[in-house]
Amino acid sequence: MTDGRLPSRLDGIARKLNGPNTLGNSKAFWIAFAVGMLVMIAYPLIRGSYAAGQTSLFLVYGLLALSLSLIWGYTGILSFGQVAFFGIAGYTYAIVSLNLGGAFGQTVALPVAVAVATLSAFVLGYFMFYGGVQDVYVAILTLVVTLVLETFMAQTAGSEWAIGSVQLGGFNGIPGIRNFALGVEGASFSLSGSGFYWFVLALLLVAYLGSRVLVNSRFGYTLVAIREDAERTTMLGYNVKRVKLAVFTLSGALAGLSGVLYATWGNYMDPSVFTIVFATIPIVWVTLGGRESLLGAIVGTVIIERLRLWFSVNASEFAIVFVGVILMTTVLLVPRGILPGIRDGYVFFSEHGIREGIERGRLTIQTRLQARLASLGVGETETETPPSSEVVRE
Amino acid sequence: MTTGFGATGMLTPLIIGDVLGTLDSVGVPIPQLLQMADNIAFIALAAIGLTIIFGMMGVINLAHGEFIMMGAYITTLSVNVASIPLPIAMLLGALGTAVFGAIVERTIVRRLYGRLLDSMIVTFGLGLILTQGTRIIFGNSLQSIGTPFGQVPGYTYSGYRVLLLFAAIAVLGTVYLVFTRTEFGVQARATIQDPETARAMGVNTDRMYTITFAIGSGLAGLTGALYAPSATIVPGMGQSFLVESFVTVVTGGSSVLLGTALAGGILGTINAVFSNLYGNFIGQIALLITAIIVIRLLPDGLTGLANTVRDKLGERQ
Repeated sequence: MTDGRLPSRLDGIARKLNGPNTLGNSKAFWIAFAVGMLVMIAYPLIRGSYAAGQTSLFLVYGLLALSLSLIWGYTGILSFGQVAFFGIAGYTYAIVSLNLGGAFGQTVALPVAVAVATLSAFVLGYFMFYGGVQDVYVAILTLVVTLVLETFMAQTAGSEWAIGSVQLGGFNGIPGIRNFALGVEGASFSLSGSGFYWFVLALLLVAYLGSRVLVNSRFGYTLVAIREDAERTTMLGYNVKRVKLAVFTLSGALAGLSGVLYATWGNYMDPSVFTIVFATIPIVWVTLGGRESLLGAIVGTVIIERLRLWFSVNASEFAIVFVGVILMTTVLLVPRGILPGIRDGYVFFSEHGIREGIERGRLTIQTRLQARLASLGVGETETETPPSSEVVRE
Repeated sequence: MTTGFGATGMLTPLIIGDVLGTLDSVGVPIPQLLQMADNIAFIALAAIGLTIIFGMMGVINLAHGEFIMMGAYITTLSVNVASIPLPIAMLLGALGTAVFGAIVERTIVRRLYGRLLDSMIVTFGLGLILTQGTRIIFGNSLQSIGTPFGQVPGYTYSGYRVLLLFAAIAVLGTVYLVFTRTEFGVQARATIQDPETARAMGVNTDRMYTITFAIGSGLAGLTGALYAPSATIVPGMGQSFLVESFVTVVTGGSSVLLGTALAGGILGTINAVFSNLYGNFIGQIALLITAIIVIRLLPDGLTGLANTVRDKLGERQ
């Protein structure tokens, strides 16, 4: 390795990237990560440009998942509204790029769209967090905002709903968004297929590493502190409202970036991104992969989207049922998600050895099953353990 | 279809027509009032099941809209397939949803007390399964059963929709009586306030949670049943109640009855006014903005405001 040549510098970077708030801080992890990245980079060369173009949607969604992981997994604020910022950015990109036209228009539209999404997140976040809105109310308000946006965009079919030369188009949305291009007229390159894939992969990599640095910084510790106990964090002298607003705005920006890429990927934008089903999907990704793990969020996204693609081809009407079932079973059986689950299993077995680990696991399952059977057999007597509703009432 | 409402159906139009005619002649804006009654009823009924489960148990049931849909489906199917009279079919809708709610509490929600956000997500997943499951089994829509009573005499407004205001008042009143005047209500409220002590006093707290959840679900089912005759019966119909019900819960605050009644009244009026002037979408936006303003000014919702006012009045005396 290059450890010998630039020890202090690499060490500094490693210290920024690694920390208690992320899974995978070991050398082995980083080597595996590098190998994984190489495979990802080589993917278009092996499978061809078309497959890469299809797969790049998963990576686009990965950015959205990352934004939810930051706000929900690390800060404990459940937001159904990530898709709202996603959609706002997508629509803004469509409107700006189609109005300006050309490669330059598209290059300009990207930062403008992300800025509009960021601003929307800031305004909504300001009203919520400085208005003392907490916990479930945040979830409800973000959900309601998203649903109202759907209602709004769906009724824009008339010709009076146009911004510049672009019709908003109601349910049909805005078609004809062109592939993303960088540069000015005459000196630009358009991104599609493999090119778009690499572009998104690079953005996702930067976002992932950036988020790692963020959650392992002092700011990241504050986020986790707020998740664990917001009141105590306030007592310790942190401006909880400001931190919440900051991370909400940041995750809005990430979701916005994802939305822009989505619009250029599909070449259209319609109100379906604001529907209740689409609002749930990011929650499913992050729940499955592990909400307190940035990599888990991305892995969960790829797994779910791959399966959803399979369902939409083979049994489209069961796709949503499948999403619901995954959501329920994950929360009930593996509440922390699969990546942290695998890590826990790995730690468990490396501590106890495989044989003893299996024996211990068997015993645990046995005692749990017995307790379960006993409680079922005894039925509704007062010996049954009551739910801890005191916590609920707080 | 109108079986069971027959007798009253003959008499009331005459009286209502007379009364409304008299009021209209002295300058009361009847059409706007009818719209307002309709909206208030809609908002109060949409929210009541949700507020009971949230106010009493602190659990947000995101499958609430789907429970409403379930009530409507049971009612419609009972009438269409088994030709059961409408009032009994409505009762079946409410009961069926209540039973389903009890099962959900026993098998799912119970494991998630104390994990509020998780319980939201799980009920959300349940909602998705219910909507799509219904679509797979019963197709994209059911044949509607038709609205009884026709129009309000002299006005182009569905009489049934206006009567729902009285249904809403009756439901709120019954809920109030059940939770304040019955043995069950006292035990349920004791369980919510202090489960340890309640258990020590011999209350079966587990059963209280199940029953409370079942009542909340049953009321959602009843809402669906009441709207079954005048709504389009589609699997996604629960969604049309979602925005209103959540906004009401947020605005109303923790008190089940007071919050719902106050929020229903205020939001219903605002919605009616803005919908009349600018259309449904602006009506919804107005609701949302009202909710945000109310939360900004009153962290405990309208319940908090009502309590403050009551305390101030108490001091003065």
